[in-house]
Amino acid sequence: MTPALLEIADLRVTYRSASGEVPALRGIDLTIEAGQKVGIAGESGCGKSTLALSLLRLLPRGARATGRICFEGEDILTMGWGRLRAVRWSEASIVFQGAMHSLNPVRQVGSQVLEPILLHEEVEQAEARARVSRLFEDVGLAASTAHAYPHQLSGGQRQRVMIAMALACSPRLVVADEPTSALDVMVQAQILRLVDRLVTGQGIGLVLISHDLSVLTSTCDRVAVMYAGRIVEEGPAAEVFAAPRHPYTAALVAAYPRIGDETARGKPGGLAGDPPDPQRLPAGCSFRPLCPVAVAECERLDPPLWPAGAGRQAACIHLRPSDVR
Amino acid sequence: MSAAQLAELRHTFALDKPVVVQFGDYLLRLAHGDLGVSFQYRTPVLRLILEHLGATVYLVGTATLLAAALGLWLGARTAWRRGGAADRANTAIALTLWSVPTFWLGLILIVVFAVGVGPIPGLFPTGGISAPGVTGIFPVVADRLAHLVLPCLTLVAVLYAQYLLIMRSSLLDEMGEDYLTTARAKGLRDTEVLRRHAVPNALLPTVTLVFLQLGTVVSGAVLVEAVFSWPGLGSLFYQALTVPDLPLLQGLFLFFSASVIVMNLLAELLCPLLDPRVRTG
Amino acid sequence: MSGSLARSLREYRNHRAGVVGLAALLLFVALAVGAPLFVTARDLSAVYAPGAPRQPPSSHFLLGTDAYGRSMLAVTLWGARISLAVGLLATMMSVGIGSLTGIVAGHFRGWVSTLLMRVTDWFLVLPTLVLAAALASVMHRGIVTVIIAIGLTAWPGTARLVRAQTLTLEARPYVERAKALGAGDWHVMRRHVLPNLTPLILAQTTLSVSAAILMEATLAFLGLSDPTKVSWGTTLQLAQQVGAVSAGDWWILLPPGLAIVAVALAFTLCGRALEATLNPRLEGKG
Repeated sequence: MTPALLEIADLRVTYRSASGEVPALRGIDLTIEAGQKVGIAGESGCGKSTLALSLLRLLPRGARATGRICFEGEDILTMGWGRLRAVRWSEASIVFQGAMHSLNPVRQVGSQVLEPILLHEEVEQAEARARVSRLFEDVGLAASTAHAYPHQLSGGQRQRVMIAMALACSPRLVVADEPTSALDVMVQAQILRLVDRLVTGQGIGLVLISHDLSVLTSTCDRVAVMYAGRIVEEGPAAEVFAAPRHPYTAALVAAYPRIGDETARGKPGGLAGDPPDPQRLPAGCSFRPLCPVAVAECERLDPPLWPAGAGRQAACIHLRPSDVR
Repeated sequence: MSAAQLAELRHTFALDKPVVVQFGDYLLRLAHGDLGVSFQYRTPVLRLILEHLGATVYLVGTATLLAAALGLWLGARTAWRRGGAADRANTAIALTLWSVPTFWLGLILIVVFAVGVGPIPGLFPTGGISAPGVTGIFPVVADRLAHLVLPCLTLVAVLYAQYLLIMRSSLLDEMGEDYLTTARAKGLRDTEVLRRHAVPNALLPTVTLVFLQLGTVVSGAVLVEAVFSWPGLGSLFYQALTVPDLPLLQGLFLFFSASVIVMNLLAELLCPLLDPRVRTG
Repeated sequence: MSGSLARSLREYRNHRAGVVGLAALLLFVALAVGAPLFVTARDLSAVYAPGAPRQPPSSHFLLGTDAYGRSMLAVTLWGARISLAVGLLATMMSVGIGSLTGIVAGHFRGWVSTLLMRVTDWFLVLPTLVLAAALASVMHRGIVTVIIAIGLTAWPGTARLVRAQTLTLEARPYVERAKALGAGDWHVMRRHVLPNLTPLILAQTTLSVSAAILMEATLAFLGLSDPTKVSWGTTLQLAQQVGAVSAGDWWILLPPGLAIVAVALAFTLCGRALEATLNPRLEGKG
């Protein structure tokens, strides 16, 4: 049996801060098969970006990660630096949020796309440059754009450059962390269609991180919903948001306005409070203080992911299998 | 000196006219490139300045280049490994050197390396730019270098610390930027991330600040030249102070200010080469 | 207010270098203030000096004697008085000028601000030492001249800093509201801007003192101070004039120089710790 493209097991990340250890991820389990498109949903601060950074071991100093992140059978967290540098970008690349700051402001964008090609592959300058031109055309940019500096481009153009850069070494996995959050709505749609087309066409696995449920539903095969550093629900994208099994997912869906949905109009959605302070998580289920369907036992039990229908699982006490006490 | 002689002197230097007239005359002559005549040397100030300029450029130029190279390199290294032992040691040394009076450092270096203390013999000359009566290419070069070592070392020591601190803080400002994460994600080595991405971005604020600090270079040069009897503009200024030789002081002051301002203009021309954001405005 | 002061104090204690600097400063100030208890006029007299000139350290003169035969220990101790006094007074003058210029340039827009900042930039790029030395050389030589020369040349850095902070403060909602309610310029500057500038000015003052002390020593060394007043700078000037350097009399050069380094460093450490305490954004960068 060939190993999955990416298999995350019990991933925990804590940041060290002046006031002590802050848990950012508290046991993430997630598997992504080759070519699969998986969405990660959740509000800001739930650990989505920490997850994206830890996939390539890019966490800042002061962060500690434990567990396993197996990329095609190799554990990212324990591999040597040389091997890690080889895996970075050539096998898995990242499209960061806010392309404004993710590109080096004092270098031409073409040379920034060229850089990983020359770094990872034995190719001639001229050949690599020709590939950069093709990549620019693939993402809908004129080849001459390569000579521009980031500040001369629009937000959408910069994000296209980022996508061209992410695909430069034909990776097996692309992680896109809020790739469209800083863009106009019209541009967002273009960029998403572009990512979808390129990733599907080349059979690349995609981890798409977003707080925007419609983005995830239209692009991803499966989604995972995160809350306070854990995955609380996982399953096929359309089903999870159409019929949530975890109360947090339900709240997230309710908070998300849908155009043309008469029933949602005027109805108060969303949660009655903010997510918990990661340094002072409540005992038991961390969603309990905000949960409309909490019961007394939620204070004691922090539920793991339990089966919740075909290909679905969710971490809620109401889904506890009858054989578990 | 008799009263009559004094009056004649005052007349020669036009000191018997009202101050406003003197100043007006001065400006008028300045417009013609005439900085007046030194009280002390009875020589036109401009000629004195041009005669002494070479020695100063030789010393200050060498020291500034060395100090900038050392300071920027160490600054980049310490910022990259901030909080480490090397960072703390370098910052501590830089702060201490900043607190050392330039002239005193020069004096101590003379005592230790030129006069000699205890078992240490005097290795270098105590001052001046060259020894008389040296002939032949190699002896002359060796003699010139031996005279350059101590003044240059003093100047480098007081200047490099500043450059180190500037480079360090400019780089630390860049350190949290997202494009560095992108660069690391591409699989670049840390040193390559630093050299190809972080340093080019930190260079613009650094160069701007380095040029803004040129006044301290001039001040440092004055003191080092005074201590080491280096026959340049600094020594000229030092001698003019003790008299005081007002035309020479005025001329030197104008010259120093003008050169600092010209260098700052040069920096402004240089900036677009370093940063494309400035180029297009 | 007292709560935030207590918190600042607690945070200051976390900066080890700052605590060391503060302790050193208190020691120096105590020595300077208490100097008359240990040093008499006779110890400092050039004519009735107690020892032979330029003697190396001995059991009688722990740090040796200077060119007149005075004890280097007494001279160095006494020198702290002039050096600290000049440093503090000159700093008060320069920070005063700088703060005033900065606040006015930050509060008023238009030509006032432009003019003030042009003058500030001009002074900022000029070589301070050359300016101060030229100024001191044309005035009557003495301690007051040195103070004025430093005060008049060292202010532009403070002015820039204070102006930048004033601009930030004036953009805050409560200042905008006060202005909208018709508060006068004077009221806004005194009631809203100045109180919030105090921490910055305090840190800037501490950092400026070390520069002022260095400048005092330098001007004295160049012979622009009163040579009859014993300070660290004049002691070094005297040493150079009598040829102590070429004779290798290290004991005359070391004590005043090390004292200058120690005091300047102590003020710098305190200033940096204060800056970090009062402006947490800089923490970890310093």
